[in-house]
Amino acid sequence: MTASVSSTAQRSFAETGPGTPVVESVRVDQVTPGARTGLTVRLIAAIVVAFIMLIPVIWIGMTAIKSRPDATAVPPKVIFQPSWDGFIGLFTNRTQLSSGALATQKKRTDLSYWEKIALIRGMRILGPSKFVGQLRNSLIISLASTFLAVALGLLSAYAFSRWDIKGKGDWLFFILSTRMLPAVVVTIPIFLMYRALGMYDTHIGMILLYTAFNLSFSVWLLKGFIDEIPKEYEEAALVDGYSRLQAFGKIVLPQAATGIVATAVFCLIFAWNEFAFSLMLTSARARTAPPSIATIQGVGGIEWGSIAAGTLLFLIPVVIVTFALRNYLLRGVTFGAIRQ
Amino acid sequence: MAITTTVAATQPPPPRARRFELGDSTIQKLFILPTLVFLIVWNIFPLLYSLYLSFTKYSHSGKLPPIWIGTQNYAVLLSDPKVWHAFAVTGMYALLSVSGQALVGFGLALLLRAKFKASGLLTTLILIPMMLSPVIVGVFWKLIFDPLMGIFSYLKFWDPATAPIMLRDHALLGVVIVDVWMWSPFVMLLCLSGLKAIPDYLYEAALVDRAGPWRQFWKITLPQVAPLLLLAVLFRTIEALKAFDVVMGVTGGGPGNTTEMVSIQLYRLVFQGQAQTGRASALAYIMLIVILAVSNVYVWYLNRIKEA
Repeated sequence: MTASVSSTAQRSFAETGPGTPVVESVRVDQVTPGARTGLTVRLIAAIVVAFIMLIPVIWIGMTAIKSRPDATAVPPKVIFQPSWDGFIGLFTNRTQLSSGALATQKKRTDLSYWEKIALIRGMRILGPSKFVGQLRNSLIISLASTFLAVALGLLSAYAFSRWDIKGKGDWLFFILSTRMLPAVVVTIPIFLMYRALGMYDTHIGMILLYTAFNLSFSVWLLKGFIDEIPKEYEEAALVDGYSRLQAFGKIVLPQAATGIVATAVFCLIFAWNEFAFSLMLTSARARTAPPSIATIQGVGGIEWGSIAAGTLLFLIPVVIVTFALRNYLLRGVTFGAIRQ
Repeated sequence: MAITTTVAATQPPPPRARRFELGDSTIQKLFILPTLVFLIVWNIFPLLYSLYLSFTKYSHSGKLPPIWIGTQNYAVLLSDPKVWHAFAVTGMYALLSVSGQALVGFGLALLLRAKFKASGLLTTLILIPMMLSPVIVGVFWKLIFDPLMGIFSYLKFWDPATAPIMLRDHALLGVVIVDVWMWSPFVMLLCLSGLKAIPDYLYEAALVDRAGPWRQFWKITLPQVAPLLLLAVLFRTIEALKAFDVVMGVTGGGPGNTTEMVSIQLYRLVFQGQAQTGRASALAYIMLIVILAVSNVYVWYLNRIKEA
């Protein structure tokens, strides 16, 4: 359909020629090189590409709900009976029962739903695994550090946006360049520093570190959002007798609300996904989920079902957030420098 | 927006007595200082400390204090073929994965630039990989690449029995594939915004001049997108030079040292084995100088684009 439209446009152009004025306007999307391919072809191609890009993610989802034998089947199974094995493996510590113990266990009637599933594999649930605590650590550390990074970032973003501070460009340059430092490089001295201060493997240590890590990002992104709020609003408020802080609280904050939320969500994802610092600066108490999912080992081989279950749990919030943030993604990945 | 202004204008002004009111310059300092203190304590101080350590013989697992040995660490590192190997692997990895991402990302952007049914939804779906945790997804790619259980061997290109065993024979390429998969969407996102900003009249003029699609691509599309494509490439280069998460997830630096990037070598030097903290600090500084050089180009370029 589109192809015919564009060919009409070209015929009419050929008839009128360059000398005479073009009467009808030509739609640009039909002039660009892709026009002839047609939008339907593009749609189909885009669906195929999106599917290929998402195969690993889909595969994670499928493996997460496979039973233990199905997860490691040779050749891999595309059609299978869903099972909770992966999640049970992730959240619990189990023990393999001997045949005698298994028989007595099977006679019991007071077993919970989960225990019955574990019993199918001949296993008994001993208690919750370390992963539960690590997921909680991930939550505490990423929420607290996001709050701090956004709060501090908001203040300095406001100052950098509204006032001509001496050496402003240099300060902003400095703030951004801290973000470019490789984690491994700063970790060695921070590790020694934390060890000396007793902050190694503590929540507070990780929260402060992630705050520092996200701060440069939040300053840059929030400055972009605040720049867009006209100065005149505050000036009007100041004339009306508001103090600077009142104007900031009552005029700027509500106007910047969307930007603040978007920034917070980005910081949350960074902290949620972070691996290197957590690997090197925590061990048993404050370890977050990513380094532990990466090292889940089962009895006799890697428990892929459990890894997939953990990965899936970890991905779902990120996927939801990606959709919620889709209009801000470009700003986010360019530190607010480029806006759509 | 209009509502806020009227609210501000019509509400009775707050009482004039302002005992606690702060001047603008005090507020400036109060607002900026916490951020700077944070960045100095967690970035600048550690950097200075590790600069000092890089000139000492020190192991954090031992009881001895750092002993000053001058530039010996640097001399040993720079004459060590293993260090050069790590830099070569990192360079190769950066070159392959960034050029792969640039090609795939730009191609995806060209495909998705037009508005068609569900194009927004599909664009968002394609962007998902770059939001995921690199290490976790990296680990899972190990299963995908597994010669027996992984779906990679069962692709239609080859017979599963003779399919390449990526993580044994082509480990670096395996990591590159994962990185390209994760980060092409990033390049796509930047290119898309560049493509959408191309003014329509350029293509109209090209049509008047009877320039074919190929010529339009080379003379209009590519030069117009170039600044953003370059920005994406610069950013991805910095990230590839720093590569740690994805590689740790997929190969952990192995087999042997075939995918041992500088950052992984650094990690192994401090946290695995002999805990050579002093020497690792020196290696960190060598790495830092390389990355800072590229980063400064990036930040400078970003500022220039922002001002334009």
